[in-house]
Amino acid sequence: MNDSREKIIEVYDLVKRFGHFEANKHLTFDVYRGEIFGFLGANGAGKTTAMKILCGLSKPTSGSVKVAGVDVNRHPEAVKKRIGYMSQFFSLYNDLTVKENFRFYGGVYGLGKKEIQQRTRYFLDKLNMQGYESMLLRNIPLGWKQKLAFSVASIHRPDIIFLDEPTGGVDPITRRQFWEMIYEASENGTTVFVTTHYMDEAEYCERVSIMSEGEIKALGRPRELKDRYGVKNMNDVFLRIARNVE
Amino acid sequence: MRTIRYILQKEFIQIFRDKSMLPIIILIPVLQLLVLSYTATFEIKNIRLVVVDHDHSTDSRNLINKFSGSRFYKYLGEESSYKQAENDIAAGKTDQVLVIEPDFEKKLITEGNASVQVVTDAINGSAASLMAAYAVSIIQGFNENIVVHKSPLHYHGLPIDVSSLFWYNPELNYITYMVPGILVLLITIIAMFLSSMNIVKEKELSTIEQLNVTPIHKLEFIAGKLIPFWIIAMVDLVIGLLLARFWFGIIIVGSPLLLLSVAAVYLVLVLALGLFVSSLTETMQQAMFISWFVLVIFILMSGLFTPIESMPVWAQQLDKFNPLAYFVKINRMIMLKGAVFNDFRKDFFILAGYAAAMLTFSILKYRKTSG
Repeated sequence: MNDSREKIIEVYDLVKRFGHFEANKHLTFDVYRGEIFGFLGANGAGKTTAMKILCGLSKPTSGSVKVAGVDVNRHPEAVKKRIGYMSQFFSLYNDLTVKENFRFYGGVYGLGKKEIQQRTRYFLDKLNMQGYESMLLRNIPLGWKQKLAFSVASIHRPDIIFLDEPTGGVDPITRRQFWEMIYEASENGTTVFVTTHYMDEAEYCERVSIMSEGEIKALGRPRELKDRYGVKNMNDVFLRIARNVE
Repeated sequence: MRTIRYILQKEFIQIFRDKSMLPIIILIPVLQLLVLSYTATFEIKNIRLVVVDHDHSTDSRNLINKFSGSRFYKYLGEESSYKQAENDIAAGKTDQVLVIEPDFEKKLITEGNASVQVVTDAINGSAASLMAAYAVSIIQGFNENIVVHKSPLHYHGLPIDVSSLFWYNPELNYITYMVPGILVLLITIIAMFLSSMNIVKEKELSTIEQLNVTPIHKLEFIAGKLIPFWIIAMVDLVIGLLLARFWFGIIIVGSPLLLLSVAAVYLVLVLALGLFVSSLTETMQQAMFISWFVLVIFILMSGLFTPIESMPVWAQQLDKFNPLAYFVKINRMIMLKGAVFNDFRKDFFILAGYAAAMLTFSILKYRKTSG
């Protein structure tokens, strides 16, 4: 059934080496349009490395990566118009206000003045943050910042949005709200590519891949994976895979 | 081009929102110009002088009066013997001793020439040369026919080539000479530090990663980063020139517009160097050390404090790569001598070529991708 859907990310035999260390060992996988794709793995499994390659932030050693139909290795800048990215380190400007952050990124993505204003209003309304537009980002709590970062990353209506551990250090309520935003984006046709350490979040994904030591050890719907390993939740799936490695 | 506008807007908001930035950009250069211009002088004042007058004549008294009347000298009084005067130098009580021979006046009248001896404490070699030169200058101003025998005391083998130091630089000239050079130094420091630190700061806060996933063009990014500091450095230069004119009373002999035009090109070179440093480094600390290391060498070799002509040949060759050396020279030529473009055409073209090459190199070196 999946094969009939449009592939928005196609990764084939991706290898990334840092000297003698192989961070990504021959990764091959596809992501479909509109999907929420969970990219799981322990710390140091090579998730962030792979994600940076997909976003054109880093060059692969070998292999091919196509994002939104564009060869990332050859045309990294062409891909960038089509994607949004939220890094695991908070990376909006703390010394700019909420509105100024939106305006800057909107401008950089080539949005018109009116459109920037509309999009800013849209996100502030959605986040219930009306009246905070002139507040410096440094004075805003982390959970809110993460939601703002997600909004800024999708200001230009990207085809795919990459989220690198977006809910790290965020309280459960905000985490839930964050996932509501992810669902909404997905319903609007945006593909969401997300890494996380929270296995309950993995259950929310349409499909997940689990990486360990630079390889994808398992890939499928959460239900399929749970059946395959004969366990009740994704946490146990993760532990099984991690244990096999040890 | 629209993108550059958004980057510029962001940069200016960030620069002026940072409360420590305004003093760094405006106040510190002004203070440095004021302080450095008064202190970066080789002039020696209050030279303590002891006289051994064996003649006690009108002429010898007149000569002593010349010294005590000079604002460079502090006349301490007479000693009855040379031995005692020498003890004064040894004890650090005086800097210089003037010995006048017994028949000083008589010889001056009958033979037309006479001689005196000047003994200078040479513990600080370069200061000693200056003090000796001052003494010679005063004595010969009194009467050209007096032969001065100079003897340095505590001489450590530093050659005192007094003949080359027969200039006499009143205070005002010194400031006139130093201010243009110090101006160059200040805008260089501002431009180099601000540009290199600014880009590295984005790396440190990892905001650069967010920028690198946007379709922002490398050139737009670099232009957006460098233009604000170019403007700030130019504003600093204008403030400095106004201070030079109205505080120090220096009359800029040449065209201020010509000077600003050269500065405009020169600053591109400095900013390109800053960009280069920022692409080499990952933290502000590294950027700071590298910038400082490079700048100290540039400054010391710029000809600002010591003449380039008296440096070893290899250093003079190295100075062909020192942007400061070119600009200090051109700046002094315009401000003090009233040079026109043709006078420094060659230096300017070297500077412009250097700026273009360095900018191209730094842009090529800058990468949106890592690893």
